[in-house]
Amino acid sequence: MKTLKILAVLAFLIIISAFAAINFHLFQDEYQVGDVAADFSLKNIDGEMVSLADRTDAKGFIVVFTCNTCPFAQANEKRILALDAKFDTKGYPVIAINPNDPEVKAGESLAAMQAIAKEHGYTFPYLADDHQEVFPEFGAKKTPTVFVLQKQNDELIVKYKGAIDDSARDESAVDKRFVEDAVEALLAGKTIKTNNTKAIGCAIKA
Amino acid sequence: MPVLAFAISCKNARQESKDDIVILKEEAKFRQEVYSFKDSVPTYDFDHLAPLFDQDDDKVHVINFWATWCEPCLDEMPNFLKLNEIYQDDWDLTLVSLDLRNQVNSRLKPFVESRNIEDLVIWLDDPKENEWIPKVDKNWSGALPATLIYRGDSRRFYEEAFSYEKLKEEVEYFMSL
Repeated sequence: MKTLKILAVLAFLIIISAFAAINFHLFQDEYQVGDVAADFSLKNIDGEMVSLADRTDAKGFIVVFTCNTCPFAQANEKRILALDAKFDTKGYPVIAINPNDPEVKAGESLAAMQAIAKEHGYTFPYLADDHQEVFPEFGAKKTPTVFVLQKQNDELIVKYKGAIDDSARDESAVDKRFVEDAVEALLAGKTIKTNNTKAIGCAIKA
Repeated sequence: MPVLAFAISCKNARQESKDDIVILKEEAKFRQEVYSFKDSVPTYDFDHLAPLFDQDDDKVHVINFWATWCEPCLDEMPNFLKLNEIYQDDWDLTLVSLDLRNQVNSRLKPFVESRNIEDLVIWLDDPKENEWIPKVDKNWSGALPATLIYRGDSRRFYEEAFSYEKLKEEVEYFMSL
């Protein structure tokens, strides 16, 4: 009886470890600040394939993992548009990527993305990560999540990852605009004070 | 009403943390009774909720982070409620909602009322997420759903949605400690 109990606990521990190992493996190579980010080729809402290399004029990018249906992403939409308005002409355009699998989550199809982008006047590419390969590489676990990349020689270096600002759920309570401060620092050649932040968001449905 | 609630909260900051969660829940009942807010969901900022994550008793504490629009959260919620009927006073379950402010009246309250889970649900109203997320768990990305289970010094944080079997297994592990 005792042996059975021990075996049960052992089996349980193995199951837990296996589960943890799988999760760890999925995000094992996720980008940390300072890492080199790989470019990608994803379909935009206009049907064209887009890569970061296309923007030869850019000094870097504000890559935002966002989606149609997550209320947190929706609550931050204006702020994402504001970032593009401020920084596109200064060399840091926004590149939005929808990491959700439309088969798992209704409302995330390319057609739905097109409708949202048109309705809300998106000024930036809104790409579909339809093979679910780019978001695990970046290590985005939820929407919205921002990665600020800076071009250094021929590489893209991750300089910031995390939240748009310090009050994702409540725009009126924003005090620190993390992404804005990060990009301003890059433009001025200064160090970014806060380069890794957290916020509540919708887990990415893969 | 918010002023009175704040006054009560300030006074209670002097209580020992062991009694805090009792105070918090009594406070919520007090507000509900006095102001006839039977449909009100107790609201806390993180500092006032913090004692919930650090109770110094021998009970299994389960704190689930969810929101009404989070589908995986809704999918797993019946599993928590089913176990709540089984364990009752042998554990302490709290469902912490992270709905947006403009969703509390339109979505959260109706949801809570229709399922009669007023005793279990708290609305966390604290916009400084970058500060309190690491306080719940330093590895938490902030994604929902997420659950904290602890008993005394043993604690585990799960950034995932629970099946009934998995949740039961995890809780039974803590029960067996």
